[in-house]
Amino acid sequence: MATKASRAAARMMISPSVILLLGWMIIPLSLTIYFSFLRYNLITPTGNPFVGWENYYWFVTDPSFKAAMINTLLLVGGILLITTIGGVIFALLLDLPMFGQGVIRIMVIAPFFVMPTVSALVWKNMFMNPVNGIFGRLATGMGFEPVDFFGQIPLLSIIFIVSWQWLPFATLILFTAMQSLDQEQLEAAEMDGASWRNRFWFIILPHLARAITVVILIETIFLLSIFAEILVTTNGGPGTATTNLTYLIYVSSLLQFDVGMGSAGGVIAIILANIVAIFLMRMIGKNLDA
Amino acid sequence: MTAAPERVVLGFAGMPGAVICVRGCLFAPREERKLSKLTKSMAGVALLASTALAAPAFAEEITVATVNNADMIVMQKLAPEWEEATGNTINWVVLEENVLRQRTTQDISTKGGSFDIIFIGAYEAPIWGANGWLTPLNDFGDDADYDLNDIFELVRNGLSDKDGNLYAVPLYSETSFTFYRADLFEAAGVEAPTEQITYTDFADLVSKVHDPDNGVFGTCQRGKAGWGENMAFVGPMVNAFGGRWFDMDWQPQIDSPEWNAAITYYVDLMNNYGPPGATANGHNENRALFADGKCATWVDATSAANYIKNPANSKVAEVTDFFQAPKQETSNGTGWFWSWALAIPATSQKIDVAKDFLKWGTSKEYFQKVGETEGWVAVPSGTRQSIHEDPRLLEAAPFAETIKNAIFSVDPANPTRDPVPYTGVQFVAIPEFQGIGNYVGQQISAALAGQSTVEEALANSQQFAVREMTKAGYIK
Amino acid sequence: MARAVSNGIKLRNTAIVGTLGFLMFFPILWILILSFKTEEDAIRAPLEVLFSSGWTLESFTTVQERSDYFKHFTNSVVIAVGSTFFGILIAVPAAWAMAFVPAKHTKNVLMWMLSTKMLPPVGVLVPIYLIFRDLGLLDTRIGLVIVLMLMNLPIIIWMLYTYFTEIPGEILEAARMDGANLREEVLYVLTPMAIPGMASTVLLNIILAWNEAFWTLNLTAANAAPLTQFIASYSSPEGLFYAKLSAASIMAIAPILIMGWFSQKQLVRGLTFGAVK
Repeated sequence: MATKASRAAARMMISPSVILLLGWMIIPLSLTIYFSFLRYNLITPTGNPFVGWENYYWFVTDPSFKAAMINTLLLVGGILLITTIGGVIFALLLDLPMFGQGVIRIMVIAPFFVMPTVSALVWKNMFMNPVNGIFGRLATGMGFEPVDFFGQIPLLSIIFIVSWQWLPFATLILFTAMQSLDQEQLEAAEMDGASWRNRFWFIILPHLARAITVVILIETIFLLSIFAEILVTTNGGPGTATTNLTYLIYVSSLLQFDVGMGSAGGVIAIILANIVAIFLMRMIGKNLDA
Repeated sequence: MTAAPERVVLGFAGMPGAVICVRGCLFAPREERKLSKLTKSMAGVALLASTALAAPAFAEEITVATVNNADMIVMQKLAPEWEEATGNTINWVVLEENVLRQRTTQDISTKGGSFDIIFIGAYEAPIWGANGWLTPLNDFGDDADYDLNDIFELVRNGLSDKDGNLYAVPLYSETSFTFYRADLFEAAGVEAPTEQITYTDFADLVSKVHDPDNGVFGTCQRGKAGWGENMAFVGPMVNAFGGRWFDMDWQPQIDSPEWNAAITYYVDLMNNYGPPGATANGHNENRALFADGKCATWVDATSAANYIKNPANSKVAEVTDFFQAPKQETSNGTGWFWSWALAIPATSQKIDVAKDFLKWGTSKEYFQKVGETEGWVAVPSGTRQSIHEDPRLLEAAPFAETIKNAIFSVDPANPTRDPVPYTGVQFVAIPEFQGIGNYVGQQISAALAGQSTVEEALANSQQFAVREMTKAGYIK
Repeated sequence: MARAVSNGIKLRNTAIVGTLGFLMFFPILWILILSFKTEEDAIRAPLEVLFSSGWTLESFTTVQERSDYFKHFTNSVVIAVGSTFFGILIAVPAAWAMAFVPAKHTKNVLMWMLSTKMLPPVGVLVPIYLIFRDLGLLDTRIGLVIVLMLMNLPIIIWMLYTYFTEIPGEILEAARMDGANLREEVLYVLTPMAIPGMASTVLLNIILAWNEAFWTLNLTAANAAPLTQFIASYSSPEGLFYAKLSAASIMAIAPILIMGWFSQKQLVRGLTFGAVK
């Protein structure tokens, strides 16, 4: 159907995006790779000799590296789990007949508009602070020992905060997907005596499958590089309890100012991200064809 | 700056503060707003007219990066006076301490040139100066009005490199001492110490005033990780217990029994008598807790005394008193030394204007101005001899003398019981220290939170320090 | 929805879902309340805050005195709108071409574009910082517009692509039969059909750009600093600070929150129409 001329035109139309993104990827990436082979510390300017794989060695043997890998997985996995399951539940609930649906929907979606720094600051101080925070006050009021969120359950607290931000996004996408669900089909199934669970499992969930993949794809992209929430609340600690890969790179290159090692970490993170990307692309690619 | 608007301000009687744009008054509203405030009083008008006419023809805009500490916020509040007097304007970039340090280091080391003036500390000034990143301020000595020699020598030395080149001028300096609540001590029947006590005695003291049921914790100490946060407290404490960062061959000593004793003491003290969530508390958080009456004792910066003793901010202004930071095995290096100071990156294009602001912000007149507008109790301490001798200060803030003496008792060149190859009390004046200090700080906060044992934390720290020092070539 | 539902059930649903919605919204409501309190009141017990304390605007004035809100606000608007505008400008042709003239590699190109989003920004900060320094883009709004546009371009293209693929090709062909050229086809046939999708893409990207806190903090100093930096100076307390922090937070998020609320219908409609249908 497409003619030669339109193919040429199409190529022309795509090329600005491709060139820009290629530049955006290749220029910093090649510099990063280059730096990763240099001894390059910002605060000790003594020339930048070539040191081979040394930076990679130091980064991988960094005592925090293993923890950072595990934390990254836990963060991404935990938040995806909470937001997709929570999102499905919210989407189903919001789809029920009720009064004032518009207002309720707005309230559910609102956290998505809040800046990550703001939400982290607010949760940290007004809610999770064991002395003056609301949770602390509630606990003390009921005679319990207040929980020291960022001391005792730091990673969980961050998962919670980030989930609060992303749950509305999942809800929004899944809810819109629910809107296009064929009600007649659902009713027919109900008439035929299909239980609620079966209806959910065989009609609703398959219908939401594509929306769920979209949620997972977009969230993963953002969750792999969670940063602001960690910086504001725990600075990666206590110890390395909340250090993820992104934060570890930040520590190397901007707190120790070891750009060489930070770059090595960056390259490693990019490789890992691409592995994840390939996975995701496979998954989403199939769903996009549907 | 070719397009800078030239403005002449006329202040004749009956024609208050009319602004005439000679050329290109595109961006005048901000100044005009400021002007309109002043036109309310004729005296203001007259002053304005005279200073504005004396100002340079080309107004400059400078960018100042600062931390959100109380004294800097006061400076920000008073700065419009300088702006009006000189016709220049200031762009303030106010950031939290850790973020500020990262941003300024990143900018200055890459010669980004984003800032004309930056706030730095006693750790950065000599190192950055030696790297050629800062504009030397030696010519401040030639300005008789400024009177550089009036600034305490100890403080000036801390901001100079080995060759005596001055790279920053101080807004305030501090050491650490113990804040305590005289009322609680009295109620518990505890005598406040007059001599330097040991940490063991301190713990004993703290146990007697610990009263969590009434919302008062025996002690609040820093727990938030960072070389400038928990390590600022832990460092001098380790010194007191006889520990040191490195031996004479730069071998890290963090797995030594001295460190273990100190950190074990710290973790026990905080778990028994500290507030919940201590791992999130840095200087600012503890100051807020203490000012709110939630802590009976607190070992921290003398500079916080202005805040705590100021009834405008603090519920405990009347009942707070001070004693020396405790010792243990030794009294060497038991109080830290720090100054917050203003410096000019070598990349600044507006060095003259920046220098002018530096002189203004650390001048005798500035400190007097703070005294007059914010109250003498709020005057930044540990900077100028003449200010510390000012009767108005001595009357409003009798503790200023204690602070001065405490600062003078610090000897950064001799910080430990055993000999060390470095200077600095709560830090080690080498570039690699930031990274190591931050890491050790993290590990200790993990031990404090109960996420790891003290032994594990110190073993990890030692391993990391060895690694970093090897990487940097100090040890093989 | 043909089913008749009794008011009782509706009420029950409203109560359950309303409670959940309220809990999600509560943190925002809470800072809104605290922002109108004095510092002393703001740290009192929640019930006291609600029922036995006065209201004041003092926190807002203090915050405004310390940092010029409107400068940061303007920067945020310019950066968010600018990056979205240029992003759309570049993405529309690309998404159009991919959707209507698919080639063998189209899907791979698209996937590759999305994968560039996975580069961790920290990993490439120093190179970008150096490049920006040399180009004189540090602390400029143009610099941030470029970075955020590139950051979000893959998402824009991908969203638009999914919308465009929903538009039946027959309509375009019919237009072509009627003698419409490419420009007219895009302008009069495609664009009207794609507007809901475009609208939600624009909205989503404005939100993402507004809230972006890594590049906006690291590449700016004073001139181009948006609201993310405005907030950064309140991230550690100077004495009592809940009220000030609340006021600053409200000032930073209110514009985008209000925009979001007013446009959420468009957002939902756009999303329904495209990606997730």
